[in-house]
Amino acid sequence: MTTINQSEELTALEEKFQARIDAEQKIEPKDWMPAGYRKNLIRQISQHAHSEVIGMQPEGNWITRAPSLRRKAVLLAKVQDEAGHGLYLYSATESLGISRAELIAALQDGSAKYASIFNYPTQTWGDIGAIGWLVDGAAICNQVSLQRTSYGPYSRGMIRICKEESFHQRQGYQIMIELAKGSPAQKQMAQDSLNRFYWPSLMMFGPHDSESAHSAKSMKWKIKRETNDDLRQKFIDQTVPQIEYLGLEHPDKSLQWNEERGHYDSGEIDWEEFKSVINGNGHCNRQRIQHHVKAHEEGAWVRDAQIAYDEKQKARRAEKAA
Amino acid sequence: MHDELKQAIITYAVRLGDDALILGHRISEWVSHGPFLEEDIAQGNVALDFIGRSRMYYTYAADLTGNDKTEDDFAFLRSEREFQNHLINELPRGDFAYSTARQLMLDVYHSHYLSALMNSKDKTLAAIAAKGVKETRYHLRRSTDWVLRLGDGTEESHQRLQSAVDDIWGYTNELFEHDLLEQNLIKAEIAVDASLFKDQWLAEVSEILTAATLKVPATEWAVRGGREGYHTENLGHLLTELQHVHRCYPNSQW
Repeated sequence: MTTINQSEELTALEEKFQARIDAEQKIEPKDWMPAGYRKNLIRQISQHAHSEVIGMQPEGNWITRAPSLRRKAVLLAKVQDEAGHGLYLYSATESLGISRAELIAALQDGSAKYASIFNYPTQTWGDIGAIGWLVDGAAICNQVSLQRTSYGPYSRGMIRICKEESFHQRQGYQIMIELAKGSPAQKQMAQDSLNRFYWPSLMMFGPHDSESAHSAKSMKWKIKRETNDDLRQKFIDQTVPQIEYLGLEHPDKSLQWNEERGHYDSGEIDWEEFKSVINGNGHCNRQRIQHHVKAHEEGAWVRDAQIAYDEKQKARRAEKAA
Repeated sequence: MHDELKQAIITYAVRLGDDALILGHRISEWVSHGPFLEEDIAQGNVALDFIGRSRMYYTYAADLTGNDKTEDDFAFLRSEREFQNHLINELPRGDFAYSTARQLMLDVYHSHYLSALMNSKDKTLAAIAAKGVKETRYHLRRSTDWVLRLGDGTEESHQRLQSAVDDIWGYTNELFEHDLLEQNLIKAEIAVDASLFKDQWLAEVSEILTAATLKVPATEWAVRGGREGYHTENLGHLLTELQHVHRCYPNSQW
């Protein structure tokens, strides 16, 4: 009898929960939520946080080599913002009852993912332009839609992050403009970066809706608000005039305007490459995690010192009070 | 302004720009290498303050120079022998203790230096200093806190920080010494006479080190030469990295 009552109770809670979602109410940390919702959110938000943090590496790779002081200052500010985004997002994840230490452990042992785009190397200064423009541009398409996500802390974090990301995209595009109108060698650099980062940027939206493992549930719970393919289409459409403005060649040779749909038809994405890079065959997969582990391990004595110092201070205060 | 004085101010501004750029570069090397995420943000923030400061000094030097000179010409198109930063700034990033020790010594120094520079008869330098003083207040609070934590933390952190302090100590002497060019600018009440606050610097640094249970180094050694372009081997590698792209594409806009 108890089990039946419990399961009836659970169903009632779930129904109430879904009704709140359907009514566009935000779910807050202390509210009841289905275990699956919590798990799904932890996976998505922490993956997003890890992406911000790992993304500091390919861009940080160019801070010391930025070609002008102005670019150096802007890039430093941008990478610092990304770290800040990582921080908000870790905090949002922690509100779901998991610690940052657990999240970092999951990143380092490979059980949590980060955006696979960061497994691609940044070889030239043009890549910093392409990342800001295309990678942050793709991220914005996704994040704008996530401002309406059903979980309150995530939604509020996204609103803040979107403001900064649009500045990031502009800094990237500005780099591309300077390169594209510069010397032939600079223009060549811009084209090369566009060629290498265009397709991986399209892959950032994830597999086609029909292939996406988490999509249906996430849409029902309004964790995700738009599908992978819809968001990708938005990005494809907005990027075409931007490439034209730069006077660069579009990397997708079969791209065509479809009058009927009111959208561009894109060439097919190389999903084999997508899977291959996710599965460890990118240029930087191992490097990115090893870098993170190394910094974390090298910082262990610093964190220990901080704890030891705080404990000593606490003891001293207690002694004084006694 | 007569030409000789103008040339001296240009050199002086470029030197201060060099100090800020080279230190900012070293701190920026911490990004994504910090002991935890908050530190990545803080280090990026501090690096940005110094890079920003170098831009103001260089831009002023460029304006005085004329001939379409830009801040980037000073940063990217001068050689190792032409840079005139104090050596302490170019020492490697080291471990977190090393960077912290250097930062404390320089933050205490900057707090005095920039306060004095605010009274410079050169209004532009005084204005740059006024901005820098505010940043330095925050930098100094941060480096003091870290010295206390590391010095009075664990046995390991204490030892690491003590060796860092010992290894850097001899590079602080030249911060308080001035060549003829600076002496003339000091007479003209444009440049700062750092020798006037050396004792106070020592007292303040000693107080923080002692509070952190560290020993103030007693050994007498001093390495000098930054203002003459006589550098350690570290600077060449730093400039190779800093200037590479800019020099590969001459006369380009970015």
